[in-house]
Amino acid sequence: MTPALEIRGLRKTYNNGFEALKGIDLEVSPGSFFALLGPNGAGKSTTIGIITSLVNKSAGEVRVFGHDLDRDPRGVKRSIGLVPQEFNFNQFEPVGEIVVNQAGYYGIPRREAWERAGHYLNELGLWDKREDMARMLSGGMKRRLMIARALVHEPRLLILDEPTAGVDIELRRSMWDFLQGINEDGRSIILTTHYLEEAESLCRNIAIIDDGRIIENTTMKQLLAKLETETMVLDLAEPPLAVPEGGPIPLRRIDDLTLEADIHSNQNLNDLFQLLDQQGIRVQSMRNKANRLEELFVRMTRSETTSSTLTPGGGGASDRQEGQA
Amino acid sequence: MNAADLRLWTTALRTIVIKEILRFARIWVQTVLPPVVTTALYFIIFGGLIGERIGEMEGYRYMDFIVPGLIMLAVITNSYSNVVSSFFGSKFQRHIEEMLVSPMPNGIIILGFVFGGVARGLTVGVAVLIVSMFFSPLSVHNPVVMLGVVLLTSILFALAGLINGVFARTFDDISLIPTFILTPLTYLGGVFYSISLLPDFWQGASMLNPIFYMVDAFRYGSLGTSDFSVTASFAIIAVFIVLLYGLALWLLNRGTGIRS
Repeated sequence: MTPALEIRGLRKTYNNGFEALKGIDLEVSPGSFFALLGPNGAGKSTTIGIITSLVNKSAGEVRVFGHDLDRDPRGVKRSIGLVPQEFNFNQFEPVGEIVVNQAGYYGIPRREAWERAGHYLNELGLWDKREDMARMLSGGMKRRLMIARALVHEPRLLILDEPTAGVDIELRRSMWDFLQGINEDGRSIILTTHYLEEAESLCRNIAIIDDGRIIENTTMKQLLAKLETETMVLDLAEPPLAVPEGGPIPLRRIDDLTLEADIHSNQNLNDLFQLLDQQGIRVQSMRNKANRLEELFVRMTRSETTSSTLTPGGGGASDRQEGQA
Repeated sequence: MNAADLRLWTTALRTIVIKEILRFARIWVQTVLPPVVTTALYFIIFGGLIGERIGEMEGYRYMDFIVPGLIMLAVITNSYSNVVSSFFGSKFQRHIEEMLVSPMPNGIIILGFVFGGVARGLTVGVAVLIVSMFFSPLSVHNPVVMLGVVLLTSILFALAGLINGVFARTFDDISLIPTFILTPLTYLGGVFYSISLLPDFWQGASMLNPIFYMVDAFRYGSLGTSDFSVTASFAIIAVFIVLLYGLALWLLNRGTGIRS
């Protein structure tokens, strides 16, 4: 089956000599919901920029559903819808016209463009705002407008570069539902995000890019299986008389009503509860100390970056510095 | 080129032109009204008050003589400034990316912006023409020449505005060329005088000014008098259009100012 995206030996060196991509190979299956993760400045936005013809590549090959970027750039462009990281629409243009004009750039006649715009603006809760100037929209609405605009020409591959940055949790979850819906309808999706919980919830496949190289490219399941130890936080019903030490599962007392347990991948929760039951410790609730993907991500990229770029929920930091570097 | 390509090109071109016309129409108080008011002041001060003392120029009332030049002045500055500000604005707000990610060729992007500039140039030109009729009777010697010159001139300066927009990095960059090159060339291009009044050296220097040929040819279409061959003027304008279109296309294909 023709891959949705196929990248071979992709390199990018900016005019000032900064090497943003150092030979990337990547393949995204059709129908996939694919996460492309990496710290700021790792090369995510440069990669997306090259795929969408906003950045000139230095070397390598890019194919989208078999269309080669060098030989058939129009075929590539027709196949892709882009939701960029930063707002890139005319703030002084009405919402409906932004979507309709985008359809026009793909050769869709105005009447049909309005029908399609109506469909997607309705789906994304923006139809009532179609005559409002884009600058009047809230941040979340602007993000949804960019999704409607990216879908209006019915692309087979949707690329979302941090689509939920700065969006409140309720709206973020409704956007997840929407994106899962269009993925289930057969559209391939590539997502970059700083919310690793988002990638873990939505994506079945994942690649991690760091310092211009792909350092991991696998399924989400296989990646998470690499996590050797998970730390669980246990909220207790009452203070324990004693906390067992030196057992098969290390336990730490955080305060009178909180314990932490480190569970190795070859252990399971039954072992933990058996241990607690033996000690008469009653657990009221339990949660992961950190998002599993986040833990792995930090470990894999730690050598190249500072952890300050990986603040959970700290999206919004711009990768544009790549382009300016 | 197949039928699908043709549909893409025509639809995309129409979309950009409509978008551009709506853009300047929405802000008509900033785009259309000021040049009309300014030109009306020119008519009152230079044509009416000072012109009465100047007497005739090339056998015409001074007021009648400056009307074609002032219409061309409005067409040139508005065609240019519409495209330079719109193109730079689309770079500044990054919505040029809407076009760059789409399958439409760069030649269509150029034509879309240019036709938008032509639309504004002609709109303001017609508005100035209407104002001029309060001061001077409409004089049409050769309507084909008039229309042809004004159309080609607005295309030429819209292209020049686009190239300025491609290179511009700040708002200063989009006002430097209009202020320090375009306006002096326009004023020295025979809008307010016939170059036959100038000493020989400055007459020769005026021949290096492309705007002189446009004003002169338009004046011929309106009044039937000119300092230079109209056919040669058309040829010069056409050559400049081809050169500037080629340059604009090369710049966009290269990604200058718009792609990393």
